Amino acid sequence: MNNVLQIVWLIPALPLLGFLINGLGRKQLSKTFSGIIGSGVVLGSFLISLYAFFSVKGGNTHVAHYFNFINIESLKIGFDFQVDQLSSLFLLIITGVGFLIHVYSTSYMHEEERKDFAKYFSFLNLFVFSMLLLVMGANYVIMFIGWEGVGLCSYLLIGFWFKNTQYNNAAKKAFIMNRIGDLGFLLAVFWLISKLGTVNFGIQGHPESGEGILTTLYTKLSSFDITCITLLFFVGATGKSAQIPLYTWLPDAMAGPTPVSALIHAATMVTAGIYMIARSNILYTLAPVTQTVVAITGLATAILAATIALKQNDIKKVLAYSTVSQLGYMFLGLGVGAYTGAVFHVMTHAFFKALLFLGAGSVIHAMGGEQDMRNMGGLKKYMNTTHITFLLGCLAIAGMPPFSGFFSKDEILAAAFQKNPLYWGVGVLTAFMTAFYMFRLYAMTFTGKFRGTHEQEQHLHESPAAITIPLMVLALLAVVGGWIGIPEIFMHGGHRLEAFLEPVFAGSNEYVKAHAPVKELSHTTEYALMAVSVIGAFMALLYAWNKFSKYEKTGVEEKGIGKILANKWYVDEIYDAVIVKPLHSLASFFNNVMEKKAIDGFVDGVGKAVNYGSRQVRLLQSGHVGSYVLLMVIGILILFIVQLFLK
Amino acid sequence: MEIKYYIGVAVALFCIGIIGVLTRRNAIIIFMCIEVMLNAVNLLLVAFSKMHALTAVGKATPSVVSDAQLFVFFIMVVAAAEVAVGLAIIVMMYRNVHSVDVNFLNRLKN
Repeated sequence: MNNVLQIVWLIPALPLLGFLINGLGRKQLSKTFSGIIGSGVVLGSFLISLYAFFSVKGGNTHVAHYFNFINIESLKIGFDFQVDQLSSLFLLIITGVGFLIHVYSTSYMHEEERKDFAKYFSFLNLFVFSMLLLVMGANYVIMFIGWEGVGLCSYLLIGFWFKNTQYNNAAKKAFIMNRIGDLGFLLAVFWLISKLGTVNFGIQGHPESGEGILTTLYTKLSSFDITCITLLFFVGATGKSAQIPLYTWLPDAMAGPTPVSALIHAATMVTAGIYMIARSNILYTLAPVTQTVVAITGLATAILAATIALKQNDIKKVLAYSTVSQLGYMFLGLGVGAYTGAVFHVMTHAFFKALLFLGAGSVIHAMGGEQDMRNMGGLKKYMNTTHITFLLGCLAIAGMPPFSGFFSKDEILAAAFQKNPLYWGVGVLTAFMTAFYMFRLYAMTFTGKFRGTHEQEQHLHESPAAITIPLMVLALLAVVGGWIGIPEIFMHGGHRLEAFLEPVFAGSNEYVKAHAPVKELSHTTEYALMAVSVIGAFMALLYAWNKFSKYEKTGVEEKGIGKILANKWYVDEIYDAVIVKPLHSLASFFNNVMEKKAIDGFVDGVGKAVNYGSRQVRLLQSGHVGSYVLLMVIGILILFIVQLFLK
Repeated sequence: MEIKYYIGVAVALFCIGIIGVLTRRNAIIIFMCIEVMLNAVNLLLVAFSKMHALTAVGKATPSVVSDAQLFVFFIMVVAAAEVAVGLAIIVMMYRNVHSVDVNFLNRLKN
């Protein structure tokens, strides 16, 4: 066991080293070298993560203490890393998918200048470092360091092509929206410190202390405290994981290079909120109000984003809204207490969404930077590998059995049905839409006739091996990734993930069993639910495939509801009118009126008053001896009088 | 005689001095008025000294009785010195501006 503790620090340290090498040597290093460094360090982390994963498989939890990060009076916050089932699973996702995306990037970013290329890899490594810190931190403070770090890297990478003002604005938007959420996170941490005196995860639910934890929580926190803390944490999660009302940054974040979208805005960073809630599961289990809020927010985000995705024409925008929608699913899972389901969906989603983004990147690469699906079509002929892997990814996200998305989505939906059939209804509707817009995307891109310019048609080609190999690996994972969580009704003991994660959620499970047991669904119901979602999604899929493989550019504007959807429910415009514009006018009021009139006026006024006053007082200095003497006498008299009255 | 008569005379002299200083422009008269004020104070000093000596008969040492009486002579000597300086200034003033009107001296320069 101690072997693991001795080397876990290397997991985040290696990407940090890569960041330093690439960042400092960006002018000297050749592209090949910085590519190898950038990918190699992540591969190294992946191998160590694999080792850590196997060491916790038996149900162990390791906490490595390095030094005291904050040490004031009774408050001790250690710089600790925690390796348990949940964090090791995330470590594998981050470093595994991260490594594939790094490899992909070496080819995708090859046209950049040498120093930009190295800069890109240094940012990417810094991101991986921050994300690993977020996942490995053994308390909320260390997690917060990573939490802020990924926000920063997201900003840097969205604005990677910083010469374009629009991209910069997108980067700023992402950063500011994240900061709003971070405030909630920070407040929750302060609240925890003031009430509990510790921010370690260990205090909230570890198998070995089980019941003791619950008593500690109950004696120190009122249910009001728990509800507020969890709600504030959830605010943090809505910022990082792009949920209503802070989701609008994610679609704009597509301004960054496509591999960045795949890594940060699909597979890893946006799942930080889910990780954090899964990590705090015991608190959430104790706060039913928050759980309802989480479930409803997730559900609303899922369906809202899915409706928007139906009408987007930018290939990356569709995927972005699909990500928002899938994240909504995960929050639904968390809200109904299906923590394993949510984490499962994080994992499968990381596989198929990274695959889809990288596939889209490959398409964009072939199209010479074109992202509008209306100008694509028929790419099947030219890019066979991309086409097949993309199709597999679409099937996985649409929830077709036996692809991975089916198992994870089904688990969340089943848990939602147990809680409230209405949740299930909306969720299934979202699933149909998911199938529809994904196959609209697929059909418009890969089937039918090519609709781009002749020049583009000449240029079409399959991408090089550095792009296709990650695609194939991810496609394999997207197909088989779900098989570790086969539901009980298909195979006894099939849900290996649940067994693996059991220790992390033990406290919550015990609590639920003792206080609010949910009745198990009968097998017939479960089969029926699955059948409805699969058949419905399949119909939607076929309909979209049929409809959009014959797609022709018409140039007709969308009308009615379609126009609203194409314009994303005008949410950006509403935010602009309700928040951004008033803030801007408030700022210009302060700038033009408060600053220029009030503050400058006051400062200038003091100067002018002194100037004027002294000019007047100067006249007393007339040079007439008589008046001086008179003033002196008057002064003495006044002193006498004062003296008299004071006595 | 009671002390209040001395005080009355001294106050009267002092006021005359002040009024003279305030109202007259002739430097010599102003100077005289200053001397009047000075002597009013001298008078007061002597009078209080005497009063003090009378009330402290029997207990006081001889120095208490005669201190202020002697002190006045020092003041007079100083005043005489002052007069010498003051008159010299007035003479210089007359030589320069052919007047002893203080209002002529309303500038620091020139």
